[in-house]
Amino acid sequence: MKQLDVAAALRKVLPADSVLSRDEELHPYECDGLTAFRQLPMVVVLPRTEEEVRQVLVACRSLEVPVVARGSGTGLSGGATPHASGVVLSLARLNRILEIDPLGRIARLQPGVRNLQVSDAAAPYGLHYAPDPSSQIACSIGGNVAENSGGVHCLKYGLTVHNVLGIRGYTMDGELLELGSRAPDRPGLDLLALAIGSEGLLLVVTEVIVKLVPRPQFARVIMASFADVCEAGDAVAAIIAAGIIPAGLEMMDRKATAAVEPFVKAGYDLSAEAILLAEADGTPEEVADQIAEIEGVLRAAGATAMTVSNTEAERLRFWSGRKNAFPAAGRVSPDYYCMDGTIPRKNLGPMLKAIEDMETRYSLRCMNVFHAGDGNLHPLILFDANAPGEWDRADQFGAEILELCVRLGGTITGEHGVGIEKINSMCVQFSEAERAAFFAVKSAFDAAGLLNPGKAIPTLARCAEYGKMHVHGGALPHPDLPRF
Amino acid sequence: MNASSDATLSDLRERVTVAHRERKPLRLRGGGTKDFYGESIDGNLVAGTPTPGAPAAADPVASEPTSGDLIVGNPVARQPVSRDLVAGDLVAGDLLDLRAYRGIVDYEPSELVITARCGTPLADIETALAERGQFLAFEPPAFGRDSTIGGVIAAGLSGPRRVYAGAARDFVLGATLLDARGDVLRFGGQVIKNVAGFDVSRLLCGSLGILGIITEVSLKVLPLPRAEETLRFELSQQAAIDAFNRWSGQPLPISGAAWSGGTAYLRLSGAASAVRAAHERLGGERLDTTFATQWWNSLRHCNHTVFNNSSIWRLSLPDTTPPRHLAGEVLIDWGGALRWYGNDSDDTDAQTPNSVAHESTVCETNAQNEGPRNIASAAGGTAIRWRGAAPPTGRLHPLQPAVAALHRRLKDRFDPHGIFNPGRLVPGI
Repeated sequence: MKQLDVAAALRKVLPADSVLSRDEELHPYECDGLTAFRQLPMVVVLPRTEEEVRQVLVACRSLEVPVVARGSGTGLSGGATPHASGVVLSLARLNRILEIDPLGRIARLQPGVRNLQVSDAAAPYGLHYAPDPSSQIACSIGGNVAENSGGVHCLKYGLTVHNVLGIRGYTMDGELLELGSRAPDRPGLDLLALAIGSEGLLLVVTEVIVKLVPRPQFARVIMASFADVCEAGDAVAAIIAAGIIPAGLEMMDRKATAAVEPFVKAGYDLSAEAILLAEADGTPEEVADQIAEIEGVLRAAGATAMTVSNTEAERLRFWSGRKNAFPAAGRVSPDYYCMDGTIPRKNLGPMLKAIEDMETRYSLRCMNVFHAGDGNLHPLILFDANAPGEWDRADQFGAEILELCVRLGGTITGEHGVGIEKINSMCVQFSEAERAAFFAVKSAFDAAGLLNPGKAIPTLARCAEYGKMHVHGGALPHPDLPRF
Repeated sequence: MNASSDATLSDLRERVTVAHRERKPLRLRGGGTKDFYGESIDGNLVAGTPTPGAPAAADPVASEPTSGDLIVGNPVARQPVSRDLVAGDLVAGDLLDLRAYRGIVDYEPSELVITARCGTPLADIETALAERGQFLAFEPPAFGRDSTIGGVIAAGLSGPRRVYAGAARDFVLGATLLDARGDVLRFGGQVIKNVAGFDVSRLLCGSLGILGIITEVSLKVLPLPRAEETLRFELSQQAAIDAFNRWSGQPLPISGAAWSGGTAYLRLSGAASAVRAAHERLGGERLDTTFATQWWNSLRHCNHTVFNNSSIWRLSLPDTTPPRHLAGEVLIDWGGALRWYGNDSDDTDAQTPNSVAHESTVCETNAQNEGPRNIASAAGGTAIRWRGAAPPTGRLHPLQPAVAALHRRLKDRFDPHGIFNPGRLVPGI
């Protein structure tokens, strides 16, 4: 199908200013937050209404043109990377907050509403939307649904799947689906859970009903230093084992604190091998009790120093380093590659040691920031894309981390999604029969396979190819060193 | 244990493979305590839980003795109706008893995760968790001591904490499915954050076995609250619904909100200081701990007096919905989002469960049964016929056509010959 024909067909159902097809108009859409993968789409459409979304899908279905839905384009796994002969369906113009019901504690939103906008709109009622991905200023609620986004507070408050009550959306055939509702637990299969985190492969979401919860009255954070990363990992497990669920529980290694400290002046202990940030929230009495309890556990676990935030400004300063870890990586290295595996908490220490060993083998540095409370790792592999071979080594380094995550009983992606980036690693985590089941789900929703093809689930052929690549492991640097 | 469970799994695979080849339906069953729940396989009128024996007691908590442990009472076993009578016409096909595939596979308290085989008794899991100061925060109802964790997840039902702590599906981290081809498929895992692949493990929660056998589940567990108190307020139904919604919007450690017979019950759980502060702020009369435990258990395990009625509807509604006018006794749970209506006046329910309704009775049944369903639909909710004659549209709330078609397509792909619990979740699927 030629670009002109597709654009012409779409201009029949959309106003002229909603269809982009000139090169310079298409360029802003060539990648999402994962800039290593770039591809110009054939056409970009920017519908303004749900009906226009439906018409775009019906038109593309009849032309058999692939459709890639896109929110704010902040995703980190290439889930919104365009298809070369496909249409990018931007939901940015469906950006209205349709309803805030303070008594019923819900918000009804169009998919293009930004995550933080929801909490801002709910703030006058003492409520907020709990999932808070780092990109919450920019990322859209539709994108959050597609990726099942998390955030630093999801250990206590849950992921997107725990905070979305219902969605409306259209299948590739243009059929309306209403999944979930304000009333809990509709009988039937939980298609809402299936749709959340489906990375735009099953349906295009046009409306989302989210749960709003009371804003915690008060919060304090403890910053604790450790002389050994394994001790810090054990301290995390000890907090949970003590029956405490902190509002946030984050860990940074020395390379990460060294990178962020000059940048944000958070006051981190640069002599520590690892620091932990543990936050308590709730009523002032509750916070005081929990902080005292966490301090006790951390002391027993070998913390060498501890500071508790005394003011809100100080709390935010302690967090600022963690929240700025990614930009800091960008300051100390021309490029960085962010991983997103999750492992059982007890393996945090061994994982860090293994990453240290990989740094030597791949001759690349890696700084580590973790959502330690839920075992979600964000190793940031530092490299220079202009240095010959560095991207390949970074790519292999990342793949080895993900394989180790699977072997340690975890997963290749905790919150960023598979997208295009981790599609090979899916071959490691899932068997052929399991991948066939994913395709079965896909075909039940999208028999023509036109919604975001090539993402999230690898084909049999792709895994066979990846398997062959692995046999050629001798191409890795230092093949003589033991591998985990 | 491993060798024997491997052998048990091999047996299950063999049974499934043969059934698939011969296209013979299988009726999956754990402890059989939820036989009453779901649709009948062949479209016959089927009664739900058997008709009750005992009349409603004066006390709001059922007079069934409670032992104080987590699983109390057995609403099925104490009914004077043979279980065979009920189970026999529930789902056709060969019975596949899954209780032999049992045992806790992995439990590490510091990981907040427990993994168990489907036939593991719920009671065993709750005991193991309690020993380490943890629990299943969705408070799954057990309709008897034989309740298994596989059945809990297949049914996907949750207790009073559901709207505050989360539903059964919110705690599912991973599941293993034995599919119609005899393949053992693992979805999700044992970690809290995991977005690799479609969320099939949550899809299985509440599937009533129609996609295959859930052979193993990994569930997130939580520490037991440090402190817990139940407050009691004399409030009208409307005033209670208003109060529950208002309170839920404030930073209070609420873990249960229910109403019955002019009394509202509010459970607070969390740090002792937070529970104390909330009590001081809200007032209300503090309930004796034993009575409070009995009260919440009577909601969780469905043995409150409302469950003594022969006709019971379970309505799930937006929590702010004003009181609905349905005849009989009302019990409100989930802060207003779950409403039980029970009465004995529905004469169609007085029939023995197996009797075929006369044409005239069917018409009456339609009129009386579709009332609650229409009321629920109008409010944006759903209505389940918990006990009494099944309406023509089924016990569970009918699906929208597009959603029903998706169920059909998913069923066809996972279970092409329709061997697993056909019709149990959706008539004809």
